Amino acid sequence: MLEARGLCKSFGKIVAVRGVSFSARDGQITGLLGPNGAGKSTTLRMLYTVLKPDQGDALIDGRSVTEDPLAARRAIGVLSHGAGVYNHLTARENIVYFGELHGMSRADREARAAELIELLEMQEFADRLAKGFSQGQKLKTALARSLVHRPKNVLLDEPTNGLDVMAVRGLRKLLVQLREAGHCVLFSSHVMQEVEQLCDEVVVIANGQVVAAGTLADIRAHGGDRLEDAFVALMAGNGADGEAKK
Amino acid sequence: MNLRGIWAVFRKEFRENLRDRRTLLSALVFGPVLGPVLVAGLVQFGISHAEEQSDEDIVVAVMHAERAPNLLAYLTARGVDITKVALDESGARHAVATQTHKIILDIPEDFGARLQEGQPAPVVLYSDGSRGFDRRGVGRVRALISQYGIEIAQLRFLARGIDPISVLPISVQEIDVSTPSSRSVLVLNMMTYLVLLSMLFGGLYLAIDATAGERERGSLEVLLTSPVPREHLIYGKIFAAAAYMMISLCLTVVMFSLAMSFVGLEQLGITANLGPGAASKLIACCAPLILFGASYLSIVSGFAKSYREAQTYLGLVITIPTMPLMFAGMMGLQAKMALMFVPFLSQHLLMTTVVRAEPIEPTFVAISVTSTLIYGVLLMFLAGRLYRREALLG
Repeated sequence: MLEARGLCKSFGKIVAVRGVSFSARDGQITGLLGPNGAGKSTTLRMLYTVLKPDQGDALIDGRSVTEDPLAARRAIGVLSHGAGVYNHLTARENIVYFGELHGMSRADREARAAELIELLEMQEFADRLAKGFSQGQKLKTALARSLVHRPKNVLLDEPTNGLDVMAVRGLRKLLVQLREAGHCVLFSSHVMQEVEQLCDEVVVIANGQVVAAGTLADIRAHGGDRLEDAFVALMAGNGADGEAKK
Repeated sequence: MNLRGIWAVFRKEFRENLRDRRTLLSALVFGPVLGPVLVAGLVQFGISHAEEQSDEDIVVAVMHAERAPNLLAYLTARGVDITKVALDESGARHAVATQTHKIILDIPEDFGARLQEGQPAPVVLYSDGSRGFDRRGVGRVRALISQYGIEIAQLRFLARGIDPISVLPISVQEIDVSTPSSRSVLVLNMMTYLVLLSMLFGGLYLAIDATAGERERGSLEVLLTSPVPREHLIYGKIFAAAAYMMISLCLTVVMFSLAMSFVGLEQLGITANLGPGAASKLIACCAPLILFGASYLSIVSGFAKSYREAQTYLGLVITIPTMPLMFAGMMGLQAKMALMFVPFLSQHLLMTTVVRAEPIEPTFVAISVTSTLIYGVLLMFLAGRLYRREALLG
């Protein structure tokens, strides 16, 4: 369970996020939808404790990211933008390393890595150095790494960027599996189709603010039959070109 | 405090870099091999040249040799080879410039006549001052001619009934107190510099990778979401860089010790105190510096926006700590209490003392080790603070 409460963040004079509040429930996939530069990444980065909010707070299963970031981190798995892996380690070593950082015992982290390698169908390249990995192989490694400590909450920042169709399908399948297993999944995207196919709930962000939140049906109610039409209507209504800066 | 995270990061960094050709080259090959080979090569060159020179007779080409038979006989008797040449002034200049003859002595026409009249009799000595290695020969010829002049003067005084001793009010006795080991310091001064530089290079790529590399690869954010305090992440990285620096340091010193044992320093009248005992002392002198060096390089690379930028910065800043060494070399600084508080310089001075085979002041060692370690720990904490900054994410 993730709860953002009035998150604000500025970088110098640029205000990136101005009072974002929403919640993402267990057993659901929540999409953070918005145009480029809307503040999706910044919001996620505050949730996964890399950035400290200027104002507001976020709770991960009730634990504050500002007051107890270490406890919050134990409860989240993160796929950050770019999803870089260590080139001189094998896929398996990449996964095991994060298990170790999460304080798992050797036997536990190795067993869990083997489990994830099977789940994500990585057997073929699991023991190769990550140096020559394809985008899809890198993504799978990064995903396995973020799930190694069995986090209840999974946050993904634009996970499908730069992936081919097969890799996207694989990722989708995994997210659905995580939902079935009762995880709370939150991912950011600017691709309507993706959000439409996967999400139970959608949070639309523009200009660093939440402009709409709810089920797909709720969002569509803002205009048109399709999510895209509703999105365009929301952007126009909320001055995506700068009106909100007032 | 739970230090498990530091250990996990250390092990991963150590193992990962063991597979990185670039790190291995800079830590295990460049510094440890190139430095010692360079110095040994220079020393070897110096030795063979010195041997050549001392074996070689001094050869002087003489113009108008018939004008000064006694002077030439005097020179020949003292081991100078005389060849007679017929050249004019510009021919003599050209011959020296092109090294057809290294030294040319010209006896002017009135040499004999002036000598008989008791007037100063000039001779002209041509040589090329830009050829450093041949200066010894010229100096020797000049000294012999002066000596000949003094002997003539003494004969003149005797002829006039004056004791020649009375006109030599001062006699200089030169005593060279440089022991073989202390002389070797001149040759091996470069060594301390290369040891320290090679040590720093050992951890260079790990330091860059600690921040700039992680960021560029896109793995930094995920690393920061692990439940390990941020400063522990950088401490683990610093310790891994320090481990590579330690390996680099040990290898470099051992290689120097080996290289110098192959070079026949004894023939130069030099003994380098670089046996296993001295080598372990050298390593012990420098070891406290590795924490300082690793933290210093990590901090600098933390400010770089990219890997490339970090490489540029570090290429420059890696030479800063070694600047006091050049200064020390120029000023001829000796080990002093106050200088033991200066990192790098104190290590340089202690190493010099070891190589000179001079007694080491235990308080100096204590100050150098303690102060350097304190600076290192402070820098490490500073690096930890920097790793907490959000600007780290770039």
